[in-house]
Amino acid sequence: MSIDREDVKRIAELARLEIPEDRIERTARELSAVLDYAAALRRLDLEGCEPTVFAGLGAAGPAPLRADALDDVRRLTPETALAAAPEHEDDAFLVPPVVENLNP
Amino acid sequence: MSGADVWRLSATALAARVRAGDLAVADAVESGWRGPAAAWEADVHAVAHTDPGARAAASSAAARDRRTAPLAGVPVLVKDNLCTTDYPTTCGSRILAGYRPPYDATVIGRLRDHGAVVIGKGNMDEFAMGSSTEFSAYGPTRNPYDLGRVPGGSSGGPAAAVAYGLCPVGLGSDTGGSVRQPAAFCGVFGLKPTYGRLSRYGLVAFGSSLDQVGIFARHAGDVAATYAALAGPDPHDATTRQTPAPDVSRWDRGVAGLTFGWPANLWREGVEPDVVEGLEIAAVALERAGARRVAFDFMPGEYAVATYYLVATAEASSNLARFDGVRYGFRHDDAPDVRALYTRTRSAGFGPEVQRRILLGTYALSAGYYDAYYLTAQRARTRIRREYEAAFARCDCMLMPASPTLPFRLGEKTDDPLAMYLSDIFTIGANLAGIPGLTVPVGLTGANGRPPLPRAVQVLGPEDAEPVLLAAGRALEVGGDTIRLGAAHDTEFAWPTKR
Amino acid sequence: MAYEAVIGLECHIQLATVSKMFCGCPAEFGARPNSNVCPVCLGLPGALPVTNREAIDAAIRLGLALGSTIRDVSVFARKHYFYPDMPKNYQITQYDRPLCEGGALPVRIGDATRSFALIRVHAEEDTGKSFHPERHGDRQVSRVDFNRAGVPLLELVTQPVFREPAECAAFLTALRRLVRWLGISEGDMEKGHLRCDANVSIRPAGTQALGTKSELKNLNSIKGVEKGITAEIARQERVLASGGTIEQATLLYDADHDKLAVMRSKEHAHDYRYFPEPDLPQLAVDAAWLAAARERLAELPWTRAERFAAEYGLPAYDAGVLCDQRELADYFEEVVKEADPKKVSNWIMTEMLRHLKATQRGVSDWARNVPPHHFAFIIRSVETAQATATSAKSVLDEVFANGGDPASIYAERGIRARSSSDELLPLVRAAIEENPGPVAQYLGGKTATLGFLVGQVMKKSGGQAVPQTVKDLLEAELARRAAAR
Ligand SMILES: [Zn+2]
Repeated sequence: MSIDREDVKRIAELARLEIPEDRIERTARELSAVLDYAAALRRLDLEGCEPTVFAGLGAAGPAPLRADALDDVRRLTPETALAAAPEHEDDAFLVPPVVENLNP
Repeated sequence: MSGADVWRLSATALAARVRAGDLAVADAVESGWRGPAAAWEADVHAVAHTDPGARAAASSAAARDRRTAPLAGVPVLVKDNLCTTDYPTTCGSRILAGYRPPYDATVIGRLRDHGAVVIGKGNMDEFAMGSSTEFSAYGPTRNPYDLGRVPGGSSGGPAAAVAYGLCPVGLGSDTGGSVRQPAAFCGVFGLKPTYGRLSRYGLVAFGSSLDQVGIFARHAGDVAATYAALAGPDPHDATTRQTPAPDVSRWDRGVAGLTFGWPANLWREGVEPDVVEGLEIAAVALERAGARRVAFDFMPGEYAVATYYLVATAEASSNLARFDGVRYGFRHDDAPDVRALYTRTRSAGFGPEVQRRILLGTYALSAGYYDAYYLTAQRARTRIRREYEAAFARCDCMLMPASPTLPFRLGEKTDDPLAMYLSDIFTIGANLAGIPGLTVPVGLTGANGRPPLPRAVQVLGPEDAEPVLLAAGRALEVGGDTIRLGAAHDTEFAWPTKR
Repeated sequence: MAYEAVIGLECHIQLATVSKMFCGCPAEFGARPNSNVCPVCLGLPGALPVTNREAIDAAIRLGLALGSTIRDVSVFARKHYFYPDMPKNYQITQYDRPLCEGGALPVRIGDATRSFALIRVHAEEDTGKSFHPERHGDRQVSRVDFNRAGVPLLELVTQPVFREPAECAAFLTALRRLVRWLGISEGDMEKGHLRCDANVSIRPAGTQALGTKSELKNLNSIKGVEKGITAEIARQERVLASGGTIEQATLLYDADHDKLAVMRSKEHAHDYRYFPEPDLPQLAVDAAWLAAARERLAELPWTRAERFAAEYGLPAYDAGVLCDQRELADYFEEVVKEADPKKVSNWIMTEMLRHLKATQRGVSDWARNVPPHHFAFIIRSVETAQATATSAKSVLDEVFANGGDPASIYAERGIRARSSSDELLPLVRAAIEENPGPVAQYLGGKTATLGFLVGQVMKKSGGQAVPQTVKDLLEAELARRAAAR
């Protein structure tokens, strides 16, 4: 198996997901099945294959850039920006306090 | 055709009648709801969200330019991961329950600009992760040709709706086959354009380097008309190609002189005989229409599946980080601190398949594993692109199954993630390579006393080969008595009958 | 044991663009919370970034100024961590292929110029702001404002080249001057336009191996950088002196109390899971763009200071002050067309900069009321003895305050320099008559009183008397009186 219980816990924490204790084993098995399958790639000859990052851009060239100008069409009012927020007050989103550590 | 049967029209024919003043936009839009939806929707559940008031408002807006608009009055069901201001956008997920975006996706704006009317949101696998539309938080969609079977996925809602007649055109998204596979299962055309041809702005991202908005229609000409309306550069999406989109106006030009690749090694095993038979039917029809078959072996699809499930999940783990209960969507109500807010909201808001893929992608990107998984996959992707390039040096397009199987039964693969992933084996390559693919229905099965189910082939082409794919699709649409589809552009489609 | 510190800086420069890094929202400050936002910078589902060309141009110009290598192809990457002020829970930044690599910033320290080597400069987006938790009913909540989210930043990382906290302060002062010079940022640390983190380690003096470093944050003034690093070096020395070992940590400096607080130790190290941003194709900078950026760059402050010293014969110090701000250097070069360079430099450094400091105004405010031609007229008037320095300065005060043409003010007031003894002797005598006390003191040997008497005469002349003449006349007259006693 590629992934063990500890791996599952570590990546769940990174991804901010909580895997119930009784599902950790099964999750490790499911993920391992896919990763073991993916091990097939090691059989592929990748000599001279640089990583592809941007699909289908062979003929499309580099990134287009935008002029430094205001776009008032897409700009939202505070009311609209906050409309979908689970909790907001006085033009601000409200969240529970950060207790862990500093913003990196 | 009587007014009550307007829903049977192709988009092109319907728009022509609206432009001519023979048909009111509201009637064009509501025809599918009054007729087929009344008969089918409760069983099929293709629609995740709609609203008669929003449809009426959109119809009156569309009526303003009805004299000139190319898609005047054409009703379109769009997948629930395309942002719309007039309907919720929930991606089939609890985490976006009730969410209404404050903006329209670029393709939605272009639909409206061309006179089309968005009639609601099509059901989908949660965040487009699935191949059966069973993983929707709002319940599964069923295949109109057999209610015990899946419509494919993840864009199963729009595919099923187009098949049963709710609307002539639907929009989906295709990250690994999510338009082409449900199109095959529902017996309709399904186009995944060249990466960068349709804007992704407003398409809720799954795998950003793979995602493309795709088009469902019952007729090749409707795919072409919709593509012409939607394709082209978008200043809000830096991954759109900056050159004008290829001209598909000659979708009916025929296939004389065209060469199509025939990688028969791919279906020597692991592909259902009905699917193989469909490929033979299509190949013969193309040859009769003047195309030439070029046989060669092609790289097995397993490599693409392996590559895809690392790249797509890595990107997904990143794209789905923003769903945290702060700015929109669901929030877990018991969260003493921000970390608990994130963890509880995401654990309760995402379904198991989405969580599984987030974990997989997080792992593939994490320290110590990046090179072995993500980077290796991106290098394999280069290799796969080269395989396609080499193939297209020998032919103008390539025939392939859209799926190794006919529509499977509900629940058949939900407990085996890997088996579900393998149903994308023939579609994934196009996403990895950024090339276009078109699913073309080749009628219904039904020989040997088995119940008729849709069957289709997939035509793949090099970048910007949409005109070639549509010409091939059209040739198969009118391909004569071997194909039990309408003989002409606007005549009968192989409509489902309820079982 | 004697230790030496090894310090590297990581600076964030907020760019003064009109719009944000990846969307068209205003990059300005002080707006109503969550009013400068759109689907992109709010991280709404489906929104996509498009790069601001001007922000990249600013990065290129800074890179060129620093002598960095500008990559013809660079790549944006996603850096992942969950935080409420991060709209997407990843930041778009650059990672293994940054826009600018290498280079150095020359910094004048005392009489020498030192060059501090850089690792890289790259472009990225800022985060929003989350505020300290406050009571809200029966629980605590934080408020979050996304106006700042997506504002363009440049991150500049130095090599670990500093040994003294004062060098870091000098570096930041020079960096601030440069970004202002280039017009890419307001560079104000107190306002967060320029932010600085420091990596600090110590090692026995004379050794080469690097010690375990700590990361120092919240250094929000140049003084704070110096004091914070000083405090951290002292802390590490205390740890080692007491037989402890330094642990990798992030510390927060509290400038008000000159204290350090440990924020995070190594076991919570982040796994940022960088990967190339798939929404942004690679960033290409071609030769034409580089040439245009170089064109915009103009003369750099240190080059210009050298030229000022050589061309105008100014001391290095003066040239440095004049080249502290580009506008000031430009202004100097205009005034100098019509007046003596050294005199102009003196007038600028004493009068002009004093006024600007006192009134908290800028060079452009000054130039609006005192155009170079007028300033030159005033300076020349003293040199040609048309006016005394005192008169000239009072006119300058007035022109700075209210504008106006100094030539007409001179004419209107009949301002001229008075130096004839016929004119001044009656004033000298009157001053002596009116101030018997100081006169007696002077005659009693307390010659410093002469200054007071000169002042009295100056006052009587309305500032127009030439001070040296007054002084000569006073001395003669007082000597005469002493002899007559
Ligand atoms: Zn914005």
